[in-house]
Amino acid sequence: MSSTLTEKSTVQKVSLLRILGPAHVWALGVGIVLVGEYTGWNFAADKGGTLAALIICWVIGLLYTSVAMIDSEVTSTVAAAGGQYAQAKHIVGPLMAFNVALYLVFAYTMLEVSNAILIADTVKAYAGEGFGDWHYRGVIAGVIVVLAALNYRGVLMSLNVNFVITAVAFIAIIVLFFSVQPWSQGTVLRLGEMVTPDNALPYGWIGVIAGFHWGIWYYLGIEGTTQAAEEVRSPARSLPYGTMAGMITLLIGASITWYVCASLMPWQYLGYTYYPLLDAGKLTGSKALESMMFIATILAALASANGCINDAARAWFSLGRDRYLPTWFSAVHPRYRTPYRSIVFLVPIALAFAFIANLGQAITFSILSGVLHYTFMSINIMMFRRKWPLGSIRRGYTHPFHPLPAIVLFVLCVVTFFAIFLGYGAQLTAMVVFYIIMSLWFHFYRYRYVRRGDQFTMPWPKPAGY
Amino acid sequence: MAKYTPPNQSKALQWLDIIFVVVAIFAALWLPLQAGWAGVSRAIVKIENPTWEALGQTPAQVEQWVKLGFADAAAAHDIIQNKFDYTIDWVQLIIMTIVIVGYFLFLFKASDKEYREVIDEKFNGRK
Repeated sequence: MSSTLTEKSTVQKVSLLRILGPAHVWALGVGIVLVGEYTGWNFAADKGGTLAALIICWVIGLLYTSVAMIDSEVTSTVAAAGGQYAQAKHIVGPLMAFNVALYLVFAYTMLEVSNAILIADTVKAYAGEGFGDWHYRGVIAGVIVVLAALNYRGVLMSLNVNFVITAVAFIAIIVLFFSVQPWSQGTVLRLGEMVTPDNALPYGWIGVIAGFHWGIWYYLGIEGTTQAAEEVRSPARSLPYGTMAGMITLLIGASITWYVCASLMPWQYLGYTYYPLLDAGKLTGSKALESMMFIATILAALASANGCINDAARAWFSLGRDRYLPTWFSAVHPRYRTPYRSIVFLVPIALAFAFIANLGQAITFSILSGVLHYTFMSINIMMFRRKWPLGSIRRGYTHPFHPLPAIVLFVLCVVTFFAIFLGYGAQLTAMVVFYIIMSLWFHFYRYRYVRRGDQFTMPWPKPAGY
Repeated sequence: MAKYTPPNQSKALQWLDIIFVVVAIFAALWLPLQAGWAGVSRAIVKIENPTWEALGQTPAQVEQWVKLGFADAAAAHDIIQNKFDYTIDWVQLIIMTIVIVGYFLFLFKASDKEYREVIDEKFNGRK
């Protein structure tokens, strides 16, 4: 009996390891997102033209700067696995937290699926005729299973791998940029001949708004840095530093990517291709650059899928730990200290969708959950400041200009909902209906298994107004 | 407020919950694909015997198309002429708006009810 009790208490004490630094946070955030510059952002050009893609790059950059500022403040204060899920639990309530965790799992799992499809498509494009359907599926399955195994094995190793491959993929964009002599238009780049007054905005301003849908893809996932909150050595320092450094990296990368791609290909092709940067490498006429961009495309997709598995599993793990889902999911591996059951559980879901959806559909699923999530964040920060005004609790970081970033974020989310409506309105409605059904299930049934007071774990005073 | 003790959930019910969640996830992701909702309204505006000029391509753009493997205008026709239709379906827009706004209203209202229980139990009347 006593040995059973000892065993039980040992199991309960196993927790995630505090082992990560700011570089890992950067690797997690940028690693997830950088693939958006290798594919996805360019579909904004399809919807509104090349100039629309640039406008969106900067406006959506503003949206994500708001996300990063807001997130840095809340997460440096609420440092727990699950990121925004833990924030919602402490600031809005359990049902909101449940929904936020689902947004995270959907956004990251579908992003992981998109990455696996991108890798298979890229390999297929270069493999020749012998590359059959089973090879294609094999690449998808291999990517998902091997990366899940890496995540199962340990967070430090998987994020060290992410740091290296993300850095290589980012450096490849910089090398491409300098190789095409950006200071000398007409030598390789011909922006003025590719983007003309006639084709800059082929659908007018409605095309610019419609392009917001894909513009999200420039940066989708940077907020995933907060998932590491429970595994970084110093959340108050590492999270804001890693997230803001990541955002700066991405803004630079996105601007360079647009400039190179827009100067090399007609807008219709730019909006059509799955690999704009790889095609840019091809259009330079240099085999070395083309090969470099081929490898970098695959590395960027691998880094993203790897980070997504990390984040989705932690969100799912947090749901189990708080009894929002069966507690079975909350197990931490006794040796590797990872949420191994959550990692394994999400593998077949990712595989199934990788086999039935195409790249555009998988990206859209991810974007839909992302925008719902950002809408929550804009309201969440207002509630956070109202319930715990500045000075009432210790914040690791306080973001400036409040409430401006929250208002900007909310307005841009509304615009993005409209943009999604212009292409995928029925799909968005269907997904929200899914969240409504899950919310009803949670509120009227599952919540009975949740311990009330245990949901609030921060050493804060009672919130104002309660 | 008295401390709330949740009931124990049997293994069978835990499995049932897992199955429900998995089925719901698949339905949400798979049904739109099956129903053909996952797509945008666009159509190819055909040009018979297309030339690069008819497709509005400048010489510099034509050069890039060729480098990308499109030997002639006919090969690039379907990509260039695939146009979006941004006509707004107002009924669908209103339905979507009602669903999203209704969802968030329910979410915040029901969350607040649950949150008050959490705060009551956590602070037990203390400030």
